[in-house]
Amino acid sequence: MSYTIEGNTGTWEIVVGLEVHAQVISKSKLFSGASTLFGGEPNSHVSLIDAGFPGMLPVINQACVEQAVRTGLGLKARINLESRFDRKNYFYADLPTGYQISQFEHPIIGTGVVQIELSDGSTRDIGITRLHLEQDAGKLMHDQDPKRSFVDLNRAGVALMEIVSEPDIRSPEEAGAYVRKLRQILRYLGTCDGNMEEGSMRADVNVSVRKSASEPFRTRCEIKNVNSIRFVMQAIEIEAARQIEIWESGGEVDQETRLFDPHKGETRSLRSKEDAHDYRYFPDPDLLPLVIEQSWVDQIKQTLPELPDEKRARFQQDYGITAYDAGVLVAEQATADFYESVAKGRDGKSAAAWVTGDFFAALNRTGKSIEESPVSAANLGAMLDLIADGTINGKIAKEVLEDMFETGEAPLAIVDRKGLRQVTDTGAIEATADEIISKNGDKVEQYKGGKDKLFGFFVGQVMKATGGKANPAIVNDILRKKLDG
Amino acid sequence: MLTDLTIAQAAEGLRKKEFSAVELTKAHTDAVDALNGRVNAYITVTSDKALAAAKKADSTLSAGEAPALTGIPLGIKDLFCTNGVRTTAASKIIGNFVPPYESTVTAKLLENGAIFLGKTNLDEFAMGSGNLTSAFGSVENPWHRKDDASVLVPGGSSGGSAAAVAAHMAMGATGTDTGGSIRQPAAYCGIVGLKPTYGRCSRWGTIAFASSLDQAGPMTRTVEDAAIMLTAMAGHDPKDSTCADVAVPDYRAACGRSLKGLRVGIPAEYRAPGMSEEILAVWQKGIDMLREAGCEIVDVSLPHTKYGLATYYIIAPAECSSNLARYDGVRFGERAEGATSLDDLYEKTRHNGFGEEVRRRILMGTYVLSAGYYDAYYLKAQKVRTLIQRDFTQAFQKVDVLLTPTAPTAAFARDEKPEDPVQMYLNDIFTVPASMAGQPAMSVPVALDDKGLPLGLQLIGKHFDEETIIAVGSALEKAAGFTARPDLRAGVSA
Repeated sequence: MSYTIEGNTGTWEIVVGLEVHAQVISKSKLFSGASTLFGGEPNSHVSLIDAGFPGMLPVINQACVEQAVRTGLGLKARINLESRFDRKNYFYADLPTGYQISQFEHPIIGTGVVQIELSDGSTRDIGITRLHLEQDAGKLMHDQDPKRSFVDLNRAGVALMEIVSEPDIRSPEEAGAYVRKLRQILRYLGTCDGNMEEGSMRADVNVSVRKSASEPFRTRCEIKNVNSIRFVMQAIEIEAARQIEIWESGGEVDQETRLFDPHKGETRSLRSKEDAHDYRYFPDPDLLPLVIEQSWVDQIKQTLPELPDEKRARFQQDYGITAYDAGVLVAEQATADFYESVAKGRDGKSAAAWVTGDFFAALNRTGKSIEESPVSAANLGAMLDLIADGTINGKIAKEVLEDMFETGEAPLAIVDRKGLRQVTDTGAIEATADEIISKNGDKVEQYKGGKDKLFGFFVGQVMKATGGKANPAIVNDILRKKLDG
Repeated sequence: MLTDLTIAQAAEGLRKKEFSAVELTKAHTDAVDALNGRVNAYITVTSDKALAAAKKADSTLSAGEAPALTGIPLGIKDLFCTNGVRTTAASKIIGNFVPPYESTVTAKLLENGAIFLGKTNLDEFAMGSGNLTSAFGSVENPWHRKDDASVLVPGGSSGGSAAAVAAHMAMGATGTDTGGSIRQPAAYCGIVGLKPTYGRCSRWGTIAFASSLDQAGPMTRTVEDAAIMLTAMAGHDPKDSTCADVAVPDYRAACGRSLKGLRVGIPAEYRAPGMSEEILAVWQKGIDMLREAGCEIVDVSLPHTKYGLATYYIIAPAECSSNLARYDGVRFGERAEGATSLDDLYEKTRHNGFGEEVRRRILMGTYVLSAGYYDAYYLKAQKVRTLIQRDFTQAFQKVDVLLTPTAPTAAFARDEKPEDPVQMYLNDIFTVPASMAGQPAMSVPVALDDKGLPLGLQLIGKHFDEETIIAVGSALEKAAGFTARPDLRAGVSA
C-alpha cells in the first residue's frame, strides 16, 4: 500500500527504521542475580554489581542468552555462535558504572525478517538488521523533591534485546503493523511480555523523507523512547511533515535526536549531533567473548512454539476460515489456543464466527481477557454441539452464551434450567401457526395479494409465540404449506 | 626475633608451639606502631582486629589441622575490598568507603587462617611507579643508599606492601600487578614479588584499574613464602568471568625442584640502550647461576618488546577511564559542593577527588577511545598486543622460562622523581610485556648495587606455569644467597 505525502514541490515518500528495545523475560538480570520483578519498592532489586560497586564484576546470565537465541530463531535470523560485549561509555546519573554493557560490533543475532500484514490484506517483508543484548539503565525520579532527583536502580542491569530493523518501513501503518507483529512474535516465544505501558517494550524511530524511491536517503532524525504503537505512528506522521516543510522551504534537516510530545502533537529537539555523546565503545575486558554451540541452538529450536504466520496458514487450511479471521484468531496465542479447542472436531467456520463474534463482544463488554473468560473453550464447544444437533437454535444460543458468561455453567444445564430446548413438535407448531393466521386475517389477505415480505412477519410471530424455541426450519415449512397451499 | 621469621618458619614454629599466634601478631603490630609513622606503609591499621583473629588462630592451632596460613600476619594492599574495613585505593574519591563484602583473594587468605594487619599504601588506584601518587602520602623505602640519607621510593604501585614486607612490618603482603606493580616495587625493596598468570587469581572485589591486565599476587621475603601464599590466593571463581578453571597445584612443592635440562631464554631485546652496567652485570650473574644449576641458556627474540610500553599506555588508560567512571559523586566519595548541573557535579567531584596522575590517565584513556581516534590508537594497540603475545608463545616453544632484569635502575630518591611523566613510565619497561601477554612473572632479589640498594631479576613463565618460575626462582635465591636487609626495619630502627 503506497503512502505518500503531497508537498508544495511534489510527492514525498517516508523512510523509517525502528530500533525496538524489548525487555527479556528472565528471573534475574543480564549480569547479576538480582530479581527482574516489576513494581518493587525503589532499589529493592539491586545487587552490588548493578549498583557498580568497586570490584564488582559481571557474569553473563545464560537464561538471557537463551531468550535472545529464541528470539533470533523466531525472527528467522542468523544466530552468531560467537558474539562480544562492549562497553558504551557515557555519564548519566541513572548509569551506575558510567558505561552500559551492550553489543556493538559483534551482536548475538544477525539479519532476519518479519512479515507484516496490512489492512488491505497485502503483506510485506521488513528486514531485521540485528538483535543485540544489553543492560538497561536505572530510572530517575524528578518529582519527589524540589531540589533533588532520586535514582531507582531496580531496572538497572535488566536484559534488553535491541531489535534493529532495516529502513524498510514506508508508512505509519507499516510501522504500526511491524511493532504489533514483533510484539506478537515475542509474546508467542515468551521472550518479552511486550507490555508497552510498563516500558517492557519501547521504540526509537528513525525517520527521513525523500522525493522518490530512486532518490538516496536524506538526513534522518531519531525519535527516542516512544512507548505506544499509536504514538509511533503519530510521531512518524508529524516528523515527516516537519522534515518536508524544512526541505521545501529550502532548509536542511539536521541529524539529531528528538522527543515526541503526544500532548502537543510535535517532536522536539533533544540533542543535536554537535553535542551528541561520544560513547567510546570498546570490548568489555571483564567478559570473555560469548561463544555458543550450534547443538544448543538446535536444542532451543526444538522448543519453539508454532509462530503466528505458520499458525495462521494452518488455521486457514485446517478449519477453512478466511485469512482475516485466521489473522484475528492468531493475534494472541491464548486466543488461538482457545479457538483451536473450540474448533477441533467441529465446524471451523461456525466456531470462528462465534469466537470472533458474540464471544469477543461479551469479553469486551465485561472487560475480561480471554484467560479470565468465565466461558471455557470446552463449554463454548459444547454449545456449538447443541446447535449442531438441533437442541437449540442459533438465536437461543445467543441467550445461552450470555447466561454462560454470567454463571459459568455448562450450556446444557442452562438449556434445561431455562427450558430452552428447541420445539420440533410439528403439531404444536401447527397449532400456533393456525392461531397466528386466524388472528391476522388482514395480513393474510395482503400476503396472498402479493406482499411476499409479510412471510417474515408470520415466522416472527410464531417464533415469538413459542418463546423463540421453535425450530425455524419447521416453522418455515408449516407456514409455507398453510399460506401458499 | 619473631619478625625476622619467614612464613614457612613461622608456620612451623606455631605448630611446634614455640610461640603463639598472638605473640607473632603482637610482634608485628608493635613493628607497625613503631615504624608506620615514618614508612607510611599502611593507610589503615587494624591491630585490634588482628589480635582478636590471632586468639582464634591459637585455638585453631591447638585443635590441630590448621590451614597453612593460620596465624600468619599479612598486609593487604588497599585495593582489595575488605568487609567492614575501609578500602580507599589511596584515593580521596573513595577515601571513606567501607565495603560490605570481602574480595575473593582476601576471603581465601582468611579461610586459610591468615591475619590481616591492615591495608597497605599504594599509588592512587594503582597508577604509578614510585608510590608518589597516594592521597594518603608517599611511602618511604626502608632501604637507603650508603652514606646518603635521601628518602627513596619503594616503587609502585604496591609500594606499601613491598615496604611493609621489607621492613618486617608484615610477613607477606598482597599486591596487584597491572604493568609491573608487584615486581618493580619488589625489586626496589629487595623482596620477592610474583605476578601470576592473568586469570590465575580472581579479580572479584579488587578495585579495578585495567581489567584485562590486573592480577593479584603475593609479595614476600622468600620464594617459598610466595609459593605458600599463592597456593592460598589462586583458584577458579565463578564470580569473575576471566578467572580460569585450572586446578591449583601446591606451589611450595616446586621449590628446590631440580633445574637439570631446563631451558632458560635470554631475550635480546631486554638489553636496552642506556641500561646501567650494574643491572647488566647482575643479569649476567643470574645467567651464570642458572647455567651452574644445570640449565641450558638459549638466546631468544621478543621482537615486539619495544612497543610494549607504548601499547600499555594506551590500553591501561583506556580501561581505567572506563573503570573509574563509576566514581562520579552520585554514590561514592565526597560530592562537590555548589554544582549547578549534573555535568558540573561530575566535573567538580572528579576534579577534586582524583589526583593528577589518575586524571592524566583518565584523559589519555578517554582520548584514545574517542570517536575518530579509536582505530588509530586503541585498535592498533590491541593488534600490537596480539603480536607481543605471539612473541611469547613462539619463545616458549624453545624455552621453559625467560630471565630478564626487573627494572632498569635501583630505587630512586623521591626528589629525583622525573618531571616528565613519560620518563617515569620507563620504570615499567621490563615488566609490561609479560603483563600485556598475561604471562606469570616473578622478581627475585639477587644482589646489591654499589650504593647498597637491592636489584632484582625477573623470571617470566608460560601461562599457568607458575611452578617453573618458582622452581627457578628458588634456585636463583639459593645461589645468590641474598640475605641483606634494609636499615629501617622492625627491631632495628625507627
